[in-house]
Amino acid sequence: MDFRLTKQQAMVQKLCREFAINEVEPIAAEIDEQERYPEETVQKLMKYGLMGIQFPKEVGGSGGDYICYSIAIEEASRFCGTTGCIISSHATLGAWPIYAYGTPEQKEKFLRPLVSGQKLGAFGLTEPNAGTDSACQQTTAERQADGTWLINGSKVFITGGGRADTYVIFAMTNKAAGNKGISAFIVDKNDPGFKIGKIEHKMGIRGSQTSELIFEDMVLPADRLLGQENKGFKIAMQTLDGGRIGIASQALGIAQGALDKAVQYMQERVQFGRTLDKFQGLQWMVADMEVKIDAARLLIRRAAFNHDVGLPFTKEAAMAKLYASEVAMEVTTKCVQLHGGYGYIREYPMERMMRDAKITEIYEGTSQVQRMVIAGQIFKKK
Amino acid sequence: MKVIVCVKQVPDTSGKVAVNPNGTLDRASMATIINPDDKNAVEAALTLKDNFGAKVVVITMGPPPAAEMLRELLAMGADEGVLVSAREFGGSDTFATSQILAAAIKKIGLEKDDIVMCGRQAIDGDTAQVGSQIAEKLDIPQISYAADIQLDGSKVTVKRMLEDGHMTIETQTPCLLTCIKELNEPRYMSVGGIFWAFEQEITVLDYEALKDDPLIDLDTIGLKGSPTNIFKSFTPPQKGKGVMLEGADKATCDTLAAALLKKHII
Amino acid sequence: MADFNNTNLADFSGVWVFCEQRQGTLQPTVLELISEGRKLADDMGVELCGLLLGDKVEGMAKELGAYGADKVFVCDDPSLATYTTDAYAKVICDVVMDKKPEIMLIAATNIGRDLGPRCAARLHTGLTADCTHLDVDVDKYAAFLGEASTLPQEQLDALDRSDRNLKMTRPAFGGHLMATIICPRFRPQMATVRPGVLKRGEYDEAKANAVVVEKLAVSVSDADLKTKVLEVVKEAKELVDLTGAEVVVSVGRGISKDVEKGIALAEELAAEFNGGVVGGSRAAIDSGWLSADHQVGQTGKTVHPKLYVALGISGAIQHKAGMQDSECIVAVNKNDGAPIFDVADYGICGDLFKVVPMMIDAVRAAKAAK
Repeated sequence: MDFRLTKQQAMVQKLCREFAINEVEPIAAEIDEQERYPEETVQKLMKYGLMGIQFPKEVGGSGGDYICYSIAIEEASRFCGTTGCIISSHATLGAWPIYAYGTPEQKEKFLRPLVSGQKLGAFGLTEPNAGTDSACQQTTAERQADGTWLINGSKVFITGGGRADTYVIFAMTNKAAGNKGISAFIVDKNDPGFKIGKIEHKMGIRGSQTSELIFEDMVLPADRLLGQENKGFKIAMQTLDGGRIGIASQALGIAQGALDKAVQYMQERVQFGRTLDKFQGLQWMVADMEVKIDAARLLIRRAAFNHDVGLPFTKEAAMAKLYASEVAMEVTTKCVQLHGGYGYIREYPMERMMRDAKITEIYEGTSQVQRMVIAGQIFKKK
Repeated sequence: MKVIVCVKQVPDTSGKVAVNPNGTLDRASMATIINPDDKNAVEAALTLKDNFGAKVVVITMGPPPAAEMLRELLAMGADEGVLVSAREFGGSDTFATSQILAAAIKKIGLEKDDIVMCGRQAIDGDTAQVGSQIAEKLDIPQISYAADIQLDGSKVTVKRMLEDGHMTIETQTPCLLTCIKELNEPRYMSVGGIFWAFEQEITVLDYEALKDDPLIDLDTIGLKGSPTNIFKSFTPPQKGKGVMLEGADKATCDTLAAALLKKHII
Repeated sequence: MADFNNTNLADFSGVWVFCEQRQGTLQPTVLELISEGRKLADDMGVELCGLLLGDKVEGMAKELGAYGADKVFVCDDPSLATYTTDAYAKVICDVVMDKKPEIMLIAATNIGRDLGPRCAARLHTGLTADCTHLDVDVDKYAAFLGEASTLPQEQLDALDRSDRNLKMTRPAFGGHLMATIICPRFRPQMATVRPGVLKRGEYDEAKANAVVVEKLAVSVSDADLKTKVLEVVKEAKELVDLTGAEVVVSVGRGISKDVEKGIALAEELAAEFNGGVVGGSRAAIDSGWLSADHQVGQTGKTVHPKLYVALGISGAIQHKAGMQDSECIVAVNKNDGAPIFDVADYGICGDLFKVVPMMIDAVRAAKAAK
């Protein structure tokens, strides 16, 4: 039992902190205000191996682990929830399913560019009528006579939609079979019949692009089927298990970043002749937040550790994501409060952090879904 | 072709600086960083690696923990790290340090097409002396305050900054350049580089390894061999609480100007 | 070199100043060194000599004499017209080995800091960089410490009054610490001295006429020159960005009465300082008076210049966050309760439109008197 980071992990943390302070923080407010996708940051994330952290060097990745991956997202999110979201959605949602289920050819052609910093990946599961009930897919894929796939339908709320080069999407290959009739496919942004639909305006993580994906008689070669036919639901669920470590880390980073700012502010702000940190009522708020943030971090590190060593982590990741996202919402709300009026105006990052925190309770499984997953794991064993 | 970059681990003076009651720096309580100008030197070397395939060797003199800093530089892209470390080397002033580093560079091997790079100065001592002194000890030309470096075969052309302009200077390898922050924007470590860096051996050059070099003489290295000594070290008087100057007229402004003059601000 | 024994301290005598010139123009800071060198030479009862290298530079000797040099050694040669490390280090080291000065001062310019260490390494002696204070006389040194340090009086009393080493004091760690360095075993004792810190004395015509000029033979061969200067370019200083600026003069809501004039005054004041730039508070930026890159504070830049002047800035917490670590803060505000005065070293309660012009005059007068 050792709670310390390894030297490598500590150095990755140092890199990510430097990167976040120099590259992420200075534009965080601007990309939120302008709803601007930080293309220049993404290029640098790719260049420094931050978009393929947890993938082995053999497939083109950086050779790190999920702890490092979590650290990277946490550090970026301390200053900018958008950037944390971009790293997370690319690596776990876009790249991981191909890493886990791809054929050697698919890995060479699609995974290597994603994890070596050449291309960007995204994941398309959610549909207008298939949110939390993700099995209710209406997108269809029909195998044609020549072996190609004809895909029709659409996806919504796709993180990185219109920015990604490679998408892992899900479609019904057997409508009657429900969960057992879903298959996964790899889509290239240039595939005929693939279109980007509406780009959403969001409450938070406004620099990340979220869009609709439209498939109109989209024809995919036979070798784009990912994994086995009708076995896509499992791929989706497993992908989301890992993705939750990323979102939990994003929530953690937002909470930590908000608390850091609040602690600094409390040491400067004077009311009634003393700085805010001298008021016991406020001190206790800070102490409670510190405990919760650290507890969240330990849950996340444990889930990441399990993932790294091959232990089950479905429940652990769901618990980490549930807890961290709720802590993020609570902490950012309290940190706005600690800043008073300054917390509510845009000159300070507090209100942005509070808006960014909210999504972590919603995407890649709402808090309610996490509870379902956790309960499911408990009762499965009994 | 090789670029040997001299780097120093320094206390981070950008934040709060902790001072012991006896007037020395409380190094233990301060974080250490790679000296900022040295990072520019490393970046310049890595640029030569990118463009000409130069091998980049980073070298530092310091206690064993400085090896971790060398790994960070490997993670940025340097090829080899060399730690020069020995009790006999401790307490060296700039003269003694340059003797030791020059000996270490000779040990690594300075060939005809090689370049030695240093940062302009370290933020702890701010002396800007070691680079020039190494060049002298190695008997190679130096160009300090490099703001642009062009390499064409063995010809090195450097834009050397002056307070009131610049000079363009040409020399031949082997030579020593000291780099300023305007030269470039240092890259970050890469994640892949970090994992690679921990698989590499850091070469350690101790007193035994260097003692045959004529520069390594116990009378000219270390605390005892340093020509300069610290006679007194002290802290300036505490900054008092500010004063409201009386009035708002010419006399007030003269008082202010006199105060600024005394503080060497004017 | 082989027969240059610099540990026999008694062989060395005299205070020397390297007189840096660029393209035939003496660097003004040299006169500060000459004036300071004069005091040291008087304390020691020795000669003060200037060492002047260049091409047809003999004419500068008079000015050096006027500020206190007894003698000027002139090394005149076309190869010395433009500074090169190789030629200058060769000539200086040759002369020093021959004449054996006890102290050698060099201005800590980019050239001085290139040259000094090269020479010190060759001469096998110590060099102290970027000094801000020099003493030989121990009583004067003790008096200096009494004012500039927190050292207890008994430590100052305990100093050995017979000590004749040059005590070279310099800031370290960005001025958080000061250190006095000595070079007890080798000669010459060398120091580079920060420009603009030591005081220039009075010009004395009689002394100018009395200066002794000694021309020295120069032997620089092509083999000595390993670097070639292709061009020398003089350029006006580019506008420094706020973060790196040594002096920042910021304006706030207080200039609203006449924005153009307020900014002009700030610019004029900033221009009185080397590397002075204009900044602004959030109010000044949000009102469109200055562009966003001028903003100091929470949303803008964090600055820590040597001098920060806040004009008509109340000092809201988000502004203070960006400037309170400045070395010296001057605030001008009409409201004597403005929070900016809590962090200011010097506060003036008054109308900035009246105060700043007087301030500019006072700074100009102080500069002229220096």
